[in-house]
Formats: sequence, structure tokens, C-alpha cells
Amino acid sequence: MTLPTFDSVNVGDEIPSLSTPPISRHTLALYCGASGDHNPIHVDLDFAKSSGLDDVIAHGMLSAGYLGRMLTNWVPQSALRSWKNRFTAMTQIGESVTCTGKIVEKFEKDGENFVRLEIQTNTPEAQTIVAEVVVVLA
Amino acid sequence: MIDKKHIGYEFLPITVPVEEGRLKFIAKALGETRDIYTDPDAAKAAGLPGLLAPPTFPFMLEIDALDLVNFMALLGETLEKLLHGEENFSYYAPIYAGEKITVRKTITDIIDKKEGTLQFVISDNTFTNQDGKIVAETRTNYVFRHK
Repeated sequence: MTLPTFDSVNVGDEIPSLSTPPISRHTLALYCGASGDHNPIHVDLDFAKSSGLDDVIAHGMLSAGYLGRMLTNWVPQSALRSWKNRFTAMTQIGESVTCTGKIVEKFEKDGENFVRLEIQTNTPEAQTIVAEVVVVLA
Repeated sequence: MIDKKHIGYEFLPITVPVEEGRLKFIAKALGETRDIYTDPDAAKAAGLPGLLAPPTFPFMLEIDALDLVNFMALLGETLEKLLHGEENFSYYAPIYAGEKITVRKTITDIIDKKEGTLQFVISDNTFTNQDGKIVAETRTNYVFRHK
């Protein structure tokens, strides 16, 4: 894999996307246990219904985790400097998550070269995370 | 409604050992298969001190410090109303298995939205390693739906 460099990338470039299999209840049970986010709304159907939902919903941070995989497939993790996630819709059981992103700015600061990316997750029904990332490139 | 007296509230700091087993479990949960996240020997062969924690790992430490049940009791709210609005990360150094991370978490703002039918509880969080170095900071927006 060739690592992107500041000179090799341009505003408007898309980074390689990532798509997941459909989110299952098993996926959410694993994420509940591993992440420590034990909110029952993600794993307990009775609780989800008492909260006014038809079914459990996926953790927003699970989709953010998939965005993290997309980013670290593109650059080493140490290149990530900041990352802002806004959760804009719920992810339902059975939906797959597609992660995409593109470079929106190149800038230099304190002798280092940075790119700013807009990245997002989408399910077939909705955009679920809108995010912005700043990455340092050699 | 959540009382704004909670602005400035500091959760009890916690210190969490970063366990190899937990990082493997997280990799499995995220569908991550690359060996620096899953295989300690491969991580060391790649020159790392241990398994690399993924970029969303500080959130997982933060929720350990939060303890959702105690958080709801503090605010006088119920989990049914809670949504995750935003999660923002700043990174200063990687986190590896074998380290100890201290999490400090403070409620820094409570904002009314839509005539009080929504409230945002903002928390700023700092992650410090065993050498006293700040490795990450996060800001979380917890959204409460009052309706």
C-alpha cells in the first residue's frame, strides 16, 4: 500500500470507502460488551419498546468505529489529529453501514502539512454520522 | 429538566489498565482484522509496544468513568431520554495495551434547545497515561429528549 502524501492528494479526492455487512443483534451484543456502553437501548428489545422505539438501535459509536477503520486503512492511526462526529440519525437492525469521505482542505500550520476531510456514514435509509477529520501528512 | 447546577461537576477520576484481551474484543466487535489491533506479537514485530487501541477507544474509557446508571441518578433523568449527539476527539499520542490511562471527566455546559424539549449536556474529558502525558481529549454531547 502506498501511503498518501501531502503533494499526492488534492481537494476533492475521495478516500477508499468501507462497507459493513448488515448490523445484527449479535453485532450489537459484541459492541455492548467490548465497548463498555451497556445502555440497554442497544440490546434489550423490551427496553427499546419502553423508550418508544420499534426495535433496538445500533450504537452511534459502532458506526464511528467503522469510520475509524476506513481512516486507518487510508493513513496510519498516528496521522489522525482531530475528529468530530455528529450523530444525525439512528441505525436500525439489518442495515449495512457505508463509510465515505473526501478531502475538503489542504493547509500548513507550524511547519506541518494537514488535510481536512469530510467523512460520513450512511445506511440505506439515512445519513447517520457527519464528521470532520484533520490528518497530518508527510 | 436538568438543573444547571451540574455545570462544573467533576466525575471521580478513574485509572484503567489497557488490557490486551479487551483490545482484541473491541477489534472483533468492530470487524477489525489487521494484526496491529489483534495480534500482540505482530504489533511488537511492527515496532509497537503492544496492541494499538483504535481511534474510538477513548470514548470507551470515558463511558467507564461515566457509569450511565450513576450519571442518570446525578442528573435526575432516565436512560430512555438519552441520545448521543456528538463525540469529538483530539489525539496527542497513541494508546497501547499495557498502559494505564486516567480519565478525568467534567460537565462543562448544559444547553436548552427547542424551548426546553431538548437539553444538551456537554462533557469535556481528558486522558492521561502512566507517564503523566495527555494522550487524548474528547468532548461529548449527551442529548436528553423531554417530551
